[in-house]
This record gives sequence, structure tokens and C-alpha cells, in this order.
Amino acid sequence: MIAFSWRQFRTQALIGGAGLVVLGIILLVTGPHLVSIYDTAVAQCRASGGASSDCNNPVISTYSKLQVLATALVLIVPVLIGMFWGAPLIARELETGTFRLAWTQSVSRMRWLLVKLGLVGLASAVVAGLLGLMVTWWYSPIDKVNQNRFGTAAFGLHGFVPAGYALFAFALGATTGLLFRRTLPAMAVTLVGFVVARWSVGFWIRPHFMTPVTKSFGIDPNGALGFSESVAGGSLQFMAGPPDIPNALIVSTGVVNNAGQAPTSAFLQKACPNLPGVNGPPSPVQGGQAKAALSGNGQQAFQQCITTISSKFHEVATYQPANRFWVFQTYETLLFVVASAALAGLCVWWVRRRLS
Amino acid sequence: MSWVIDAQGLGKRYGGRWALKGCDLQIPSGHVVGLVGPNGAGKTTLLHLAVGLLAPTAGTLAVLGRAPAADPDQLARVGFVAQDTPTYARLTVADHLRFGRQMNPGWDDTLARQRVAELDLDLDQRAGSLSGGQRAQLALTLAVAKRPELLVLDEPVASLDPLARREFLQRLMEFVAEGEVSVVLSSHLVADLERVCDYLIVLVDSRLQLAGDVDDLLATHRRLVGPRRDPASLPSGQEVIEESHTDRQSTLLVRCDGPVLDPAWTVEELSLEDIVLAYMGQASSTRRARQALEVLS
Repeated sequence: MIAFSWRQFRTQALIGGAGLVVLGIILLVTGPHLVSIYDTAVAQCRASGGASSDCNNPVISTYSKLQVLATALVLIVPVLIGMFWGAPLIARELETGTFRLAWTQSVSRMRWLLVKLGLVGLASAVVAGLLGLMVTWWYSPIDKVNQNRFGTAAFGLHGFVPAGYALFAFALGATTGLLFRRTLPAMAVTLVGFVVARWSVGFWIRPHFMTPVTKSFGIDPNGALGFSESVAGGSLQFMAGPPDIPNALIVSTGVVNNAGQAPTSAFLQKACPNLPGVNGPPSPVQGGQAKAALSGNGQQAFQQCITTISSKFHEVATYQPANRFWVFQTYETLLFVVASAALAGLCVWWVRRRLS
Repeated sequence: MSWVIDAQGLGKRYGGRWALKGCDLQIPSGHVVGLVGPNGAGKTTLLHLAVGLLAPTAGTLAVLGRAPAADPDQLARVGFVAQDTPTYARLTVADHLRFGRQMNPGWDDTLARQRVAELDLDLDQRAGSLSGGQRAQLALTLAVAKRPELLVLDEPVASLDPLARREFLQRLMEFVAEGEVSVVLSSHLVADLERVCDYLIVLVDSRLQLAGDVDDLLATHRRLVGPRRDPASLPSGQEVIEESHTDRQSTLLVRCDGPVLDPAWTVEELSLEDIVLAYMGQASSTRRARQALEVLS
């Protein structure tokens, strides 16, 4: 049964394996170059006192197309696996009637199902996992520069969590293929379902895997700052951009006083009497740009305004610190593995009960 | 007596529709059983129940004394060729033989290779590019080379041209002649089955109409032609299956336990097809009567 499942899967496996090898060679050839650029150009630039954003440019601009390609592959390979390995796995047999051939050999249909799911599921996880680790290795100089691998989007493009995504996408494809009995709709539903699952976990579930760390920061006068007026109530709000915590996942930020209250509209209007967007029509001000736009008195007024606010208020951020990155990789991978196992269980139940 | 198929009150319902209902059937072993009935009569359902692709909604079913597809052992005892003889289009003939070997512990590789050679099948050709007849032969090869005790074939020749049809049935009979195997094959054409079957089952409208040894059926059914008379006046032991009357003459198709002694009748022997058609006609007239009653009430 294993040998035959492999025979059915062989072509797809070879395509996946060949793609992985080709990409691996490209990354192996270019990776050391990227590291050397980081080690020499960036280090020298920093040593000679260059601004960090300027120093980072050589790394960020090297192989920029390959950077996009590699991360795009890590992003889409799991869902491609779900659509092209998962969805046809059972649906094709149901469509063409070959399941009647397979289920009347001397192998129970449970074994047939489990071997198919196990073999191709394992291959899915291995291919996507290797891809993720390969790209993570290659990407490490860029990560050192960006300091953002824990970010909501970047997290899923790093480490071994793509293995969990691919396994889940595969299980989703196989299950929908079994339920719909047709490949094409199963592929479409797999695409949509996977994107929804991945998105929901990234935005709503992942930030809460562990209780985030809470920390107060002074308001950075050079950071991104601004006002906004809510459309509904007309009340004024003061907002500060997230604090710069390297490689952390910022969960929430807010500007509060020692009692934990946000600045009131009245306070802001008093503190910043002459700023556009405060007493005039709403026009949100972004830190750097705003300062450039405000000349003379305006510039001074803005500084005063920030100073006044900073004297009573500070920024509070909750975040997942950088050292939790691999713990979170493990948790999220496990979450998707458990979801895959649940889908496999549904397949077993369906084949046993409903298709007879 | 060991039964190849032993069904009691067997039924299968899809949603609100019974595809097979109240089927009591006992088929002795060692026969080539023809299952005949119009399209949609429930033939495929009955066969799928027998090979364990479907589970019954009602009643019980034992195949070779055990529940169908209960475990790998039971699966190994029953060979199946599904309707339209599905094969893996992208795999070669050789791949299919390997499939059979890997999936069946009792696989007879010599038999399989010999059959493929006799059929002139190219081992490297993909199943998808085989002709319908060749594909059917390949599917039959897979089913017989697992050396089953019961071979079940669902409309194996329906999509074949007359020549391929004859060749397929010939190969089937060669295999049957070789050893102890029971066969159940279905068709909506009696002509296909007449040559090969020694036991017949007629299924119409999800219900079993007739089951019996072909020789018995031929021996106990007669066409009676004579002066017009009321069929109710026939002696007991003669059951009318089909009747037609002109002003002067009655033609009856009857099942009779003994010889017909009434000299008023001209007694004619019947072909299997005559008998089957009569039972099918009886079923459809019953249905029409039932529908008429429903309209009246």
C-alpha cells in the first residue's frame, strides 16, 4: 500500500523535491555573499558612525528580487501543497471511480486512507519545513538588519512553522476533496480556508499564546506621533507609534498617565492650542513629516505640545519579547498540527460512515 | 449448504429513495450468476453491497458466510470489476500489475502476466490510452489474479463493442473453467448473460423478481397457446406471469410445477430472454397498477 501510494505521488514528489533542490542551490550560492556584505559593509559603516538606516542599505538592496521570491515561496508553498497535493488526493479517486478499484483490493479502506494521508502529509510537512528553514538561514543577515522576524507577517515566513501550515493546508485539501468529491471546488475552498485560518491565527490567536510583557516607555519626541479625531464622538486622541523593541511582537500600545487613563480632549486642546488637527479641522499629523511641514512657530508649538504631554503621560506597550520566538514557533506549529489531526479524524469518520 | 450470497430483507436507501428493498436471496456456490434488470433497477447497489463498498440500510447480508469487506481476509476472497472498469489513467499496465501484487497477498503474478501477454497489452502503455475493451480486460486481470472465491462484475461489457464483448466473456469463462470460483455479473441485456450464466436473478424497481437455476427456469416456464379462456381457471401449480388475448385465442406465459396436461393448449418452450422479459413486464404492469391506484385514491 505504501509502495503504491508512493507510485501515485511520485511525480508530484519529484516536482516538489526538484524545486527545493534548485532553490537550495541558489540560496547556498548567494547566502555567504549576503553574510559577507553584512559583516563588512554594515559593520564598517556602523563603526565609522553612520546612521543605522543608511548602513543597512547594502544588505537590503542585495538580491532584492531573490528576497521577494524566497519569502513569497515560503508564503505560498503551503497553500499550493494544499491545493495540488491535498485536494486531488481523494477527490480524484472519487471522481474517476478508482476508489472502487482501490477499496476492493485486500487492503482495508482505513489503511488505504491512513497511508495516503500519512505519506503525502509527511512529504508536505518536510518540503515546507525545509523550505522555511532554508530561507530563514539565508535571510538571517536581513533579519539582523530589520530586527522584525517576530512581526505578524514575518513570523510565518521563518523557522519551521511553515511545516505546520503545509500539513494543515494538505489536510484541509484532502478533507474538502473527500467531502465535495470533486477536485476543483476542493482546491478553491482550500485556498480560501487556508488564508482565513492563517490570517485569524496571526492576528487573533498568536499574540495570546503567552501573557505578553507590559512595559512603559517615555514618549519619543522623534517617533511617529499624531492626533486623531474620532468620527463618532468628536473626541480628540493622541497616538504614539510602537516603541522600538528589536525582534518583539507588539501586541498593543497606548498613551496613558500614571492612573492608566488616556489624555482627554480637553487636556490635548489645552496642551497644544495652535496645532492643525487639534483645534482646527482634523488632519492627522505624522511625526517626521509633520515637523517638516510646520515651520517656525509651528515647529516650536509642536515640541512644546509633546513636552507638555510627556510630562504627564507615557506610552505603555504589551509585547512578546524576542526570546519567545522559538517557543511561539513551536506553539503555532503544534496548533496547526492538531488542527490537521482533527481534519484527518474527520476523513476517517467520513470514509467509514458516510461513503458506504 | 454454503451460500455465496445470503441476503435477508436486504435494503439500501439513499435519502428518501430505496435503491434496493426487501431483498431475500440465497445463491448457492459454484454458479455463474447473471443479474439482470433495466437500468436503475438496483443492480449496482446490490453488487456494491456484496463487495462492501456500501453498507445496508436494512436487513442482513453475508457473502461467503461473512460480512462483506469485514477485514483484509474477506476483501481478498472477493474480486470486483466495477462499472466502466475504472483504472488509474496515468499509470501503466505494469504499474497496475504491481498495484495488484502490492495490494493482494494472494496475488497470482504468473496468471496476471500470462493474461496480459495473451491480450497483447503493452506493459509500458498508460491505462488511459487503452481501448475500452483492453481496459476492461486489464480490470478483469486485476480481479482474477487476486484469486478470489467470488468474482463480482458490474456491467463489465456494457460499454464494449460486440467483438470485445465476446472476447471479454470468453476470457471470463476460461478463468471460471480453471477453478473453483463463483461469479456474479450484471447486465441490462439478457443476451450477454445467456451464453455464460447458469443462474439468473431478475431485479426490477429495486425489488427482486426472480432468482433461480437457469435450467430450472427453462424447465418450469412454458408458453401456452389455445382458445380464449380465463387465466383464473388454470389448475393450481400453474401461475400466470404474462397473458395476452385476442377475441378467440389466449397466449399465457406460465410457471408450472409439472407437465401441462390440458390438450387444449399448445405448449411451447421458452428462451431465457422470454422469461426475463415476462417478469420485467409483470413488474412494470404491477407498478402501473399501483400508480393507477394511487391516482384513484
